Amino acid sequence: MSERRGIPLPHPTPLSEPHWWGCREGRLRVQRCGACGGYVFIPQPLCTHCTSDALEWVDSTGRGTVYSFTTVHRPQRPEFEVPYTVAIVELDEGFHMLTNLVDCDPETIRIGMEVDVEFRRMSDEITLPMFAPRRAD
Amino acid sequence: MTRNPLHDVAIVGAYNTRQARVLEGVREVDLVLEAIGGALERSGGLTLDDVDGLNVRGSVSRLHAREAAHLLGGRPRWTGMALGIEGVLEAAAAIATGQCDTVVIADAQAGQYTQRDATSPWTRPGNEFVACWGLYTAAEFALIAKRHMHLYGTRPESLAEVAATIRNHGARNPEAVHYGRHVTPAEVLASRWVAEPFHLLDCAINSEGGAGLVLTRADRARELDTTPVFVLGGAIERQGMAYVTAPVWDRYGHSGRWAAGRAFAQCGLGPDDVDVCELYDPFSFELIRQLEAFGFCGEGEGGDYVLGGRIAIDGELPLVTSGGLLSFSHPGTAQLLQKVIASAQQLRGELPEALTVPDARVVMTSNGGAGALFCDVMLLGREQP
Repeated sequence: MSERRGIPLPHPTPLSEPHWWGCREGRLRVQRCGACGGYVFIPQPLCTHCTSDALEWVDSTGRGTVYSFTTVHRPQRPEFEVPYTVAIVELDEGFHMLTNLVDCDPETIRIGMEVDVEFRRMSDEITLPMFAPRRAD
Repeated sequence: MTRNPLHDVAIVGAYNTRQARVLEGVREVDLVLEAIGGALERSGGLTLDDVDGLNVRGSVSRLHAREAAHLLGGRPRWTGMALGIEGVLEAAAAIATGQCDTVVIADAQAGQYTQRDATSPWTRPGNEFVACWGLYTAAEFALIAKRHMHLYGTRPESLAEVAATIRNHGARNPEAVHYGRHVTPAEVLASRWVAEPFHLLDCAINSEGGAGLVLTRADRARELDTTPVFVLGGAIERQGMAYVTAPVWDRYGHSGRWAAGRAFAQCGLGPDDVDVCELYDPFSFELIRQLEAFGFCGEGEGGDYVLGGRIAIDGELPLVTSGGLLSFSHPGTAQLLQKVIASAQQLRGELPEALTVPDARVVMTSNGGAGALFCDVMLLGREQP
């Protein structure tokens, strides 16, 4: 999964740019609601918890646990090298992200496993926030 | 309680064109016309002249209802746009409220490109927060299944039992793409991985074909030389955009429960009254989830519920008797409509004898599932409520 030349990369929109430009700087930026305090991901024009428009961009800790995962053997497109693992990570702040788990043997992945964000540069514009098992240190 | 106007609407024709992995050299528009004609032929007397409502489309050609209204002579007609169960409920509501009397719904897919070394193009997401991870439909539904297996200890053997049972129904249906292809649960488990926990035989097939359905007023249905099937209840349920938001079990695991409750309430029935479940079967686990969500068994009990022959044709709750998306066919968006067609055919005695459930009076059907953040439900019956 190192090369991945030709996989479909995001085309940031005005709504999503703060997230993607954050990733490029090694920051996992997500929206938090100034009214109810809820986290909102993926980026939205309104808070999906309380409909307030008082959303602000904040840095996530990038720490979380594996909520669910699937190791994929039939690729979405030939450009994806198989097998690869898609996961839903539950961040410590409580929101969920779709991502890939990297730097681990798929056989060792368990739901509930602690993971940290691991930024992978894909192009000049796009860095993807993947996750890897937390290192014991 | 005032009478539910949907109860005055009946399905009087249901038809599938030939289905195949690829329908070589067949034009989609011809499939659509065949679906319309085939469904009307089975209505016991209705012709195109009686049709004053249309919901007709083609997946690849982008044929839509307004264009079809022109192709079919250009006289004034009601048109509907929704797919599958939503389209059937839309048409039934139009008839029930007097906007029109007889609606033909037809949908087909032919000529779709298939790239053999990856998933079908139409299963690939486009969203910027989804596509880059290599997600596609099977992986989305796998994320739901894995969480359920973690929470409740649901075993791969249960998923394989569902897939094998449904595929073996299709194996006995001469109209199924996989006719004659019987499989055992062990063969499901031995087939190659697609997205864990799904093996190849846990997943829907890809194919082409057309489908047609005719609905009319219940009083007109009684004048026709055919067996009418009545709309008992139905509801659509949407929680968000399919294949955009992460399919988180806690939020979407019970998808369809609300719609099923609304559908049951419309006719005063419950799970115990359902004779056959022609549920949506994109992947084996989704059936286990729906049986729980709709109340056929308790939360986390679906894995055990499907074992021991309960979901076979001669079982307590026959499941996907036509062979479904796993064996019968899975063409474009017509496959959503084919769930209603299979339900109607079961109640009309139009399925092969080996797949006909004796004395079936009530069929429950669905479209969608937790991986797609929507689940629409419909109840059909032999008797007018």
